[in-house]
Amino acid sequence: MKRSFSPVAVGVAPVLLALLVTSLIIIIAGAQPLEVFLAIINGSFGTAIKISDTFVVWVSLAICSAGLLVTFRAGQWNIGVEGQIVLGAIGAVWATRLFEGGAPALVISTMLLLGMIAGALWGVLVGLLKIYGGVNEIFGGLGLNFVATSMTIYLISGPWKPEGTSSVSASKLLPNEIWLPTLEGLRVSPVSIVLALIVIVLVFLALRGTIWGLELKAVGQNDRSAFVLGVPTQRILLSAYTVCGICAGLVGAILVAGVRHQLVVNISAGYGFFSILIVLLSGFTAVWSPLIAFFFAALGIGGTALRLGLDLDSSLSGVLQGVLVVSFELVQGIRQKWFGGDN
Amino acid sequence: MEELLAIFSITALSSVLAFSAPLIFAALGETWSERAGVINLSVEGTMMMGALTGFAAAKVTESLVIGFVAAMAVGAAMSAIVAFGSITLDRDQVAIGFVLALLGVELSSFLGTPFVRIPGVAVRPLPIPILADIPILGPLFFDQDIVTYLSFILIVFTWFWFYRTQAGLVLRGIGERPEAAFARGVNVIRLRYIYTLIGGAMIGFGGAAFSLHVILGWSYRHTANFGWIALAIVIFGGWHPYRVAMGAYLFGLIRAAATGLQSAIPGVPVQVFPLLPFPLMILTLIIFNSDSLERLKLYLPTRVQRSLTSFLRSTPPAGLGKHFEQD
Repeated sequence: MKRSFSPVAVGVAPVLLALLVTSLIIIIAGAQPLEVFLAIINGSFGTAIKISDTFVVWVSLAICSAGLLVTFRAGQWNIGVEGQIVLGAIGAVWATRLFEGGAPALVISTMLLLGMIAGALWGVLVGLLKIYGGVNEIFGGLGLNFVATSMTIYLISGPWKPEGTSSVSASKLLPNEIWLPTLEGLRVSPVSIVLALIVIVLVFLALRGTIWGLELKAVGQNDRSAFVLGVPTQRILLSAYTVCGICAGLVGAILVAGVRHQLVVNISAGYGFFSILIVLLSGFTAVWSPLIAFFFAALGIGGTALRLGLDLDSSLSGVLQGVLVVSFELVQGIRQKWFGGDN
Repeated sequence: MEELLAIFSITALSSVLAFSAPLIFAALGETWSERAGVINLSVEGTMMMGALTGFAAAKVTESLVIGFVAAMAVGAAMSAIVAFGSITLDRDQVAIGFVLALLGVELSSFLGTPFVRIPGVAVRPLPIPILADIPILGPLFFDQDIVTYLSFILIVFTWFWFYRTQAGLVLRGIGERPEAAFARGVNVIRLRYIYTLIGGAMIGFGGAAFSLHVILGWSYRHTANFGWIALAIVIFGGWHPYRVAMGAYLFGLIRAAATGLQSAIPGVPVQVFPLLPFPLMILTLIIFNSDSLERLKLYLPTRVQRSLTSFLRSTPPAGLGKHFEQD
């Protein structure tokens, strides 16, 4: 007779385990766990500015994880998502150079559009390498991430170097008119939140209620039998990479138009990789991933307060996120193996 | 051009051998694990934690041995999570490995803050008397330090273990056909655990070799990207110890060449060069894996074809990444 976990325990156990492990790590680093956790909460929700900053990060994580839901549904580990964000940013900056001095609305739309196109191209490249080059998508994606970083460095220290500076850390700051409009005194732009909501809903509907969504699932579960049953496997794979690339490219474009207003070397700041964690933690569901994305965003913003307040490195929020996903995986596995739970 | 040729000088090649040693440990460690059927995707994070632990432990205890042993313990512990999650609990190996890769990187940044850019201990050169004086071979193979010697030994030992011992036959067996090995009375699960832990310890050692032997000390994300490269090298090397080692040396050579080219091509910004070896490595991987190479081979005489096929064979172990349940 196997006992079963209640759904509450399934949700709470990984969190408790993660808090316990992270507390140990904090103690090893010589700090007070409670003090640290309070500082993180305070740092992410303490003031209106901080809440708005959390939303800024949420936009990137939510859009990116929506895209990754699509590639994961097709059974693909799109680790190249990081580079696809970078390409989106490059595309957006390129748009500002093409339409320098144009009407702000036109320039901003072109930025978003070119960003999405560039991201999609970079995503499809991973798929093409996999289908025609026999390169596992994890390594193709990693390689393309490096190429994307090299391209950024080349652009900002070569052709797109701001005039009259010797600095090689960023391209020219964009003029104020073509920044995404933000709320008074805050950094968050309502446009980007609307865009994120649109992407989330579209992906949710596409996965749930379309033939394409079904075909993605068929390819992801067993591409051979999907192929035998008449699903155009390769085309479906490429479409998944295109959609994820579009989402990642949009993130890159929003980072340029709404957050950084210039091209910097590490523009994606690991959003792509952390979105993979979010999707894993959501159990690959379109409903949970935006909520978990919000939690991750809050942790990320709260983590930055650690350096100022407690002289601890902000990477603690990354540690907490990683430990949480490992705990989730292990608790899920233990539940399925020894307590007869299903998926 | 001179700069490019300079990398083929004996001193330069000798330093390529020393520079590649951490990669040898990490890539061969991963080979042990994957040959037994377990993908340990956490290499990036494991190397990073190994590098931090090795440096910190050696610095605090002033003992290199303790540094390396501690790094191996951390590596084994991280691979134990991969083993438990995938072998026992049947979770996605790639997922657990990937999370641990990120986690290791973040954890090393968090715990490593007190050790950033402080002087510490380092492995000292240890030329072997008489042998070091042999022309060409001497400086290459006998005028190194203990870590580089160990990397040479590990390459040969791995080959010997895989292909010349009974235990090695079983190791390959549980990676290729676990059911068959189990039917023969092999405890597949226990052996997969053991080899994953051994492999993890080697990866941890590789991290420590980085911070105590190649680029001394600790800095933010000290071994960045080397873990990913180690994983790529295992595939490039077709899971064969000698070819994996060649992959690691090729990477060292490309890196040296990139540094050499830096001054030869003034137009390109300096910051691009340290990154170049990574896409180049992946590109080589693509060429080696693609069908075009297969097609090209058809134009060669049959005898050459056959030996080329056995050399370039790069199919993963048949049971790699697949769950096995023994009842």
